[in-house]
Amino acid sequence: MELLRQASWLIWKDLLLEIRRRESLVTMFFFGTLLLFVFHFAFEMPRERAPEMAPGLLWLAFLFTGTLGLTQLFQPERENHCLDALLLSPMDRAALYLAKVFFNLVLMLVVELVVLPLFWVLFNLDSWRLLPAIFMVAFLGTLGFCVLGTLFSAVTMRARARELLLPLILFPLMIPVILATIRTMEVILRSGDASEALDWLRLLLGFDVIFLTAGFLVFEWVIEA
Amino acid sequence: MEKRHGRSRTILGGLTLVSVLLGLYWGLVQAPPDAYQGQLQRIMYLHIPTILTAYLSFFIVFIMSCLYLWKRDRRDDILAYSAAEIGVLFTGLTIIEGSIWGKPTWGVWWTWDARLTLTAILFLIFVGYLILRSLIEDENRGAICGAVLGIIGFLDIPLIHMSVYWWRTLHQPPSILRPDKLPWENVHPSMLIALSINFAAFLLLYFYLLSLRFHVGEMREEVKRMKLYGGA
Repeated sequence: MELLRQASWLIWKDLLLEIRRRESLVTMFFFGTLLLFVFHFAFEMPRERAPEMAPGLLWLAFLFTGTLGLTQLFQPERENHCLDALLLSPMDRAALYLAKVFFNLVLMLVVELVVLPLFWVLFNLDSWRLLPAIFMVAFLGTLGFCVLGTLFSAVTMRARARELLLPLILFPLMIPVILATIRTMEVILRSGDASEALDWLRLLLGFDVIFLTAGFLVFEWVIEA
Repeated sequence: MEKRHGRSRTILGGLTLVSVLLGLYWGLVQAPPDAYQGQLQRIMYLHIPTILTAYLSFFIVFIMSCLYLWKRDRRDDILAYSAAEIGVLFTGLTIIEGSIWGKPTWGVWWTWDARLTLTAILFLIFVGYLILRSLIEDENRGAICGAVLGIIGFLDIPLIHMSVYWWRTLHQPPSILRPDKLPWENVHPSMLIALSINFAAFLLLYFYLLSLRFHVGEMREEVKRMKLYGGA
């Protein structure tokens, strides 16, 4: 409980900073929208092919905007030795990890909440009633992305060329999440519900649980290194 | 001390050379050509040992990374780094050998089959490991970050494996270790001998390279110490 209380203070700090500066959220949102335009120019899909392309394109957009957010995730801590101050405070390191995972998750979900309907509008899809299910799958995938992304954002924090390094390390590790979310979304768009994709959902859930635990355990070493 | 290590390394190197030559002889001359694939199948004598040693390498990275985080012994980290380098080399070789075999057999250099994809992803993860190590200057920091990637990467392998298998499968099912038959009933005995010799040869080669690379890492460490404390 103490852990959660500490984490909630840190989340509050990050959210307050974000509300006042509006850096990550605005950039991520417009980048995501921009990607939808680029996709449209690149593929020029006829309307009936849009549903089969949608899962891949959507998830690509989330992946790229998420990476953009992750490279900025520890930026406030890098300035003015804030990280040293945080580490000096009597606080569990795991709370910092939880807070950062949660903060990044919130940022990405807010962007997804806007980009998803926008995709339906721009690509003339009419399956509006499937949106909540698609969003739930996106949520599970995004959680997996944030869980490992936060850890490796901390790993690459002190490396040279960290913005380039992060996706290079993160994307191969994200293959199970990428495959599972895209296949599940495909099933939902094709058949209307996710019952055919239960194995994929289990895999996705397993990924989230395994790496949230692993990140929880090793984050302390990474952040103190 | 160092002299004795140097001598055992030379002996290991000599053994490696002999066993590789012996493996080539069995693989190219003694073993009969395959009933369906003909001479082409002989590449298997290299392909299977390379990928198995590459897997072994990533397992060593995982174990040494755990040990390093636990005990903080510099030598564990040097060993993990060395194993990752050689693992990338062997995975790369596996992919190239597979392509050479795949072109005449399947008609394509590359196909998105599960096992091929898995090998390529492993290759990418550990190339990422090497790049990460080269981009972090502080040694202890690099070692810790590398160890975390080594552990997470290894834990991810079963999940990647599952996902790409559900996604697609085209690769030959294993022909020697099958659940329904004993190994020596599935293939000609001299093929099995050729494969075993080559596997032993690759293991020796692997440990020879690993010990050389480990030695280089230790020397690097010593040079750094000398620069810091001005000799002695």
